[in-house]
Order: sequence, then C-alpha cells, then structure tokens
Amino acid sequence: MQKRTLLDGPKFQITIKRLCHQLIENHTDFSNTVLIGIQPRGSYFADRVQQELSAVLPESKIRKGNLDITFFRDDFRRKDGLVSASSNSIDFIIEGKNVVLIDDVLWTGRTIRAALDALLAFGRPAKVELMVLIDRRFSRHVPIEADYTGQEVDSVDSQLVRVTWKEVDGEDRVILLSDRNK
Amino acid sequence: MAAEKLSTRHLLGIKDINRNDIELIFETADNFKGVINRPIKKVPSLRDITIANIFFENSTRTKLSFELAEKRLSADVLNFAASSSSVSKGETLIDTVNNILSMKVDMVVMRHPYAGAGVFLSRHINAQIVNAGDGAHEHPTQALLDAFSIREKLGDVAGKKVVIVGDILHSRVAISNILCLQMLGAEVMVCGPTTLIPRHIHELGVKVEHNLRKALNWCDVANMLRIQLERQDIKYFPSQREYAMMYGLNKEILDSLDKEILVMHPGPINRGVEITSDVADSKQSIILDQVENGVAVRMAVLYLLAAQRD
Repeated sequence: MQKRTLLDGPKFQITIKRLCHQLIENHTDFSNTVLIGIQPRGSYFADRVQQELSAVLPESKIRKGNLDITFFRDDFRRKDGLVSASSNSIDFIIEGKNVVLIDDVLWTGRTIRAALDALLAFGRPAKVELMVLIDRRFSRHVPIEADYTGQEVDSVDSQLVRVTWKEVDGEDRVILLSDRNK
Repeated sequence: MAAEKLSTRHLLGIKDINRNDIELIFETADNFKGVINRPIKKVPSLRDITIANIFFENSTRTKLSFELAEKRLSADVLNFAASSSSVSKGETLIDTVNNILSMKVDMVVMRHPYAGAGVFLSRHINAQIVNAGDGAHEHPTQALLDAFSIREKLGDVAGKKVVIVGDILHSRVAISNILCLQMLGAEVMVCGPTTLIPRHIHELGVKVEHNLRKALNWCDVANMLRIQLERQDIKYFPSQREYAMMYGLNKEILDSLDKEILVMHPGPINRGVEITSDVADSKQSIILDQVENGVAVRMAVLYLLAAQRD
C-alpha cells in the first residue's frame, strides 16, 4: 500500500479557515443556517467547522447536527457490510433553514444523494449547500457538486482518500492510499 | 460494538441466535426508534422487498406491529389470514406458502398454532422466515422487544431479576423470554400455580416460585402473562376468580413492596385476571412502551435479515 499526503500541518488548518470564511460570506450571522455533518466521519469535520465559526463569530450561535444515512443508501443488499447505523442528532427544526451538509470526501456523490433523502425526513429546508474537504473530481456517479471545496484531487477508483482528525485519530491529515498491485 | 451482521438467515427462535445478534438488533432498533419518532417516519431501505404476513392464528398487536414495521421500511406487504383463505378448504402449509412465494415474495412472517412450523417451512422453501409465534414454542420478536424495553428503562438487562408470572406451560412468550434474558445476563424466575409450571423448567436454569408476593419481592421486573384459555384442554385451576386472587397483580400488592418494580405484559390483557386495571394503567406499567418498541425491534429484525443476501 502506497501512501501520499495530500494535506497536513498548517495548510490543513488554513483550508478549514478559508472554508469557514466562505461560509460567513454567504450566511453572515448564521441566524437561519445550520450545519449538518454526515455520519460517521463528516461529523468530525462539522465539529471543526462549528468550533472555527464560533471563534470568528462569538456573538452567533452556530447550530450543528449529525445525520446518519445508512437506511437511505442505494447499495443495501448489493454490497456487504455497512448495515449498522450511527446515531442521528438533530435537535433543531430543519424546516425553512439553510442547511450546510458537511462531509469529508466527495467521491461518487451517492452518499450525498442519500443524505438529501435522509434530510427531507426531518422537514423541508429552504436551501441545501454542500461542503467537503476533499473533492475526488471526475468520479461522480450522480450529478452532484460541492458548493465549498477544500481541495480537489485527481484519483482512480482503486485509490482511497482517508481524512484523519486530531480528536479521533491523533492527527489532522489527508492521505491518498494506492494499492501498488492495481 | 456489536457484530456487523446477524449469524442467521431466518429468525426462528431465540435459541438459534447469539448474544452478538441480540446486541446488533438492539443497536439497530435504537436507530429505528429515532426514525419512528420523526415527522416522516419512513426509510426506503426495503423498497425492493416483498414480505408476506401469514397468520394461521389470531393476532392484533403482533400483526399490526409487523405490518407497520414493514411499511416504515418501505417494503411491499401481503397479508394473509388463514381463517379467510383456502386453508379452510384443506390446502397444506407448504402448498399455501409456495403459492404465495410464486408471487415473488422475499420474506415470510408466520404465526402458526403448531410448534416448529417456522423451522419446517425454512427447510422447504427459499424465502427468509420470521417466526411470529409457533404454538407453545417460541415468539422471538416478543422476547426481543421485552428485553429491549427493560434495557431502555433500567439501562441494562445484565444483573436484573425478572419474574414471569402466569401460564408458563402454554406460553411461547415465556420460553423465548427466558432464553433471551438469560443470554443477556439477567436472572429469571417463573411463578404460577403448579399446574401451569412445566415440570422440568428448572433445567433451563430458572428459579421456580409459587407465591406471588415472594416472587415480586425478589424481582426488578414482573412480566405478567395472559392465561391462555384457548390452549387449555383441561382445567388447570378452579376458577378465574381464584386465579386472580392468588396470582393477579393488584395495586395493593404492588404498593406493599419495598421497591418500585417495572410491570410488563405482552398483551392482550385480561383486565381483572392476571392484572388489575389500575396496575395496567399505572406509572410502573410499561405495557404501551412495549408496543412502541415492538415496531422498532421488528424493523431492526427485518432490516438486518434483509441485509443477509443469498
């Protein structure tokens, strides 16, 4: 297995800061905007965005929830594993809100498709945007694009992009894993 | 962390599954309990699955609960009641089910008056079987939802003391409950008149008590079973009134205990026989929570079984 680091150290932090400032440009004080992290790993990114926004906008209350999409996946019974779900925790009303969906990696777009379905079970948002840390471009299966992108990456299907977080994995880093045999 | 998938393709009885399976079912049911309390109570997981509910015996709760669970998972549902079907014209079980299966059904939820009907079916047909009660044998989803309700109210099942009171002899709920609770680490006692306690039940590792007050003083949870008059071919006790006096749970006994116990009942209740109305409707009763949890637990069972591909 070959590893290549795509993002780490100060550049990782600057990327997150930049994404947060882009959010502020569009949502000003976040009075009608909520962040939704996609379980499991998008929620770590969403936590970070929430912390960063709260630091920049101490007056505003930044609301954040976690959304689990397991029961909305389109590969149930078609792919092994992945049956057990993570928790949903959305303790605010989504109806009429601007929702920023947050995930770590955008790849085929199928997760986001499922997330849009899952989100609608909680109400009808006024607007939904998508923020991702890594966009594996040119590999989409459905017509979905991100509104806010940390970094774009060119990769092939056999490769894997892994985002690790200081809080859970000990280090902020994005790595590209490729199997040399493929 | 529970296992990633069930160890079985069918749910025929608690004795065919293991502790990991039960924990996976509970964790999944936690998620589904969230789903059924949302504004839109439905997920699309089983949209390409057809489930037949085949009931050769009457049922209100179990049938409605399964049907609702199936619909909340977006499955297509076929309902079949033996009383209004060709079974009364002499069709055999396998013929009936095979006919239903040729309509491309993936899963069968079956209740049948004979013990082992689900096992028999699973050996002869290709669909996945969920046992919704077979004679006096097992009723696995009831045991799962009972244990799930205890876990929800008391935090954990392990180490808890549960007494099952009443007609143990004719009860599939009792057998499945004993197996499930013991697997999860609870202590189980059965209580009832000697005629309604199977002679060798202590070999399952349960305590046997014939005095209701002693049993209630020992336990954290009392599961009151219905007297199954329809299965009783001879008289097991002199009268319902005498049974109610000896083994009925009333407010007076409940209040005289030195601790608050949880009161459960799998339904349908015979008010005034095994339990009085004021107890059934009291704060200690979790009978209606059991019904709500029934839907979530059955969703988890159906979802996890559907994930077991051929």
